[in-house]
Amino acid sequence: MEEGGTRLADQAEVTPELRPLVPYLRLGATRDEDYLFGNRCVCGALYAGPRMYCGKCSSAGPFTEVKLGRDAEVHVFTIIHQATPYVKAPYVAAIVDLPEGVSINSNIEIEPKPENIKFGMKLKMYTEKCSEDREGNSYVAYRYRPA
Amino acid sequence: MREVAIVGVSMIKFGRYPDRDVSQLAAQAGFEALSDAGMTIKNIEALYSGNLYQTSGSGQRILQNLGQTGIPVVNVANACATGSTAFREAYFAVASGAYDVAMAVGSEQMGKQGLLGSRGDPATSLEGRVGSYMMPAVFGMAGMEHARAYGTQQEHFAMASVKNHWHSTNNPLAQYQKESPLDEVMNARVIAYPNTLLMCCPTGDGAAAAILCSMEKARQFTTQPIKVAASVLTSDPWSDRDLSLPDINTLTKNAAKIAYEQAGVGPKDLSQVELHDCFATAELLHYENLGLCGEGEAGKHIASGAPWLGNKIPTKYEEDIAPFVDKTYAPTTTAVVNASGGLLSKGHPLGATGVANIAEVVFHLRGQAGARQVEGSKVAMAHVIGLCSACTIHILTK
Repeated sequence: MEEGGTRLADQAEVTPELRPLVPYLRLGATRDEDYLFGNRCVCGALYAGPRMYCGKCSSAGPFTEVKLGRDAEVHVFTIIHQATPYVKAPYVAAIVDLPEGVSINSNIEIEPKPENIKFGMKLKMYTEKCSEDREGNSYVAYRYRPA
Repeated sequence: MREVAIVGVSMIKFGRYPDRDVSQLAAQAGFEALSDAGMTIKNIEALYSGNLYQTSGSGQRILQNLGQTGIPVVNVANACATGSTAFREAYFAVASGAYDVAMAVGSEQMGKQGLLGSRGDPATSLEGRVGSYMMPAVFGMAGMEHARAYGTQQEHFAMASVKNHWHSTNNPLAQYQKESPLDEVMNARVIAYPNTLLMCCPTGDGAAAAILCSMEKARQFTTQPIKVAASVLTSDPWSDRDLSLPDINTLTKNAAKIAYEQAGVGPKDLSQVELHDCFATAELLHYENLGLCGEGEAGKHIASGAPWLGNKIPTKYEEDIAPFVDKTYAPTTTAVVNASGGLLSKGHPLGATGVANIAEVVFHLRGQAGARQVEGSKVAMAHVIGLCSACTIHILTK
């Protein structure tokens, strides 16, 4: 079989996979071993996931992979009341800052009221299965909850 | 580069046109701008068509409606700055000397789809699973950055809706022309905190057009040529969180600085600004980005009355706004902001918006804006921002 091609006969034998929902999440044997990772340019800029070139210093790096810990804090948040159809609303969406020096989008698992969330609030990351596609593959997403 | 004038503009009433296709909306705007300039399509040497959802061929379809003269057509897409980018390309076409007369048309037909429809396989979509990437979330969080830095309250943002909805009652071209007092804005259902439904612009259909001409030939067509004193486009430069939360501030500040230099004016000289109030939160951020007030002063600025038509809070809203007035704050600019009603009332058919803003300030500079006229408007700014991320600023003068 040529690379990239799929024969109908092969499709029947495919075993559904467990996949990360985002390219900067790496899955372990259990959800406790999942972790986020980034790539740091020689200039110091840190990016979530793989990176070819640096948007800050315009170089090709080199980049060093950084394993990101589970700690973060709230930069800003919003409470989404009108969500896309497959998502239960209201929920808290946020930009969270990681101590390693990168900011990422996330949901925060907390009762969605403005008074419950503070700027700078400490968070811990966890992962869980969030969806399944038509072929039966499952997807794992990360989220944060108050530390 | 030579001086360029606007000699014709038009904007069709924004709303919903389920019985017409987008090329017909665009053609109507084009035809009306030609009439305004006393021209026919045969005067137009190049056409720049801004349309986001049906970009390819959008300009050619305008000519199939208006007259197929065989002129060069460029179709432009640049997020919410699509129409203003088309205008800027038409400006350069004339400023460079390549053409004497060019037309920019912006159009969009969004229907009722809104921006919430999921694209692609829902199983692999990040939306709502690892944060939210939709515009209501982005502009909600952009407002929260201001709240975090300066203690801005939801009411401060809500005042932009009170003001713009009040302005819209005198704009027959606006999609909505309905006032909303502060408590009504605050009590509307939340879309993405802190923005309620009345703090979000509606989606809809619309079109607008502008005809640009070399200044030396402009008086053949009009007694009131409007000068394009600055035409600026920026993209988002590197900033720390831009890749997770689009930074709508830095590129606007950069564009404003260049625009003021090009035009040789400052914020104090502006009679009025049409700025990109896609959400009420955005309006306040742009007061600071455009230099209408100092950093952190946007809440005080709107409560001072300065950006309201007449430069004061209407008597009927004084009591509602009184608790937010800082008597120690003295505004240093008097630019009326979004006299049209802004995107919040006028609507935001994406590709049409940038050209419509320009048409609006041209109406004022000519003294043709009716009951919403900014008295004695001489120097006007039209600002648009699209994610991720393009910012245009045009400064127009009499």
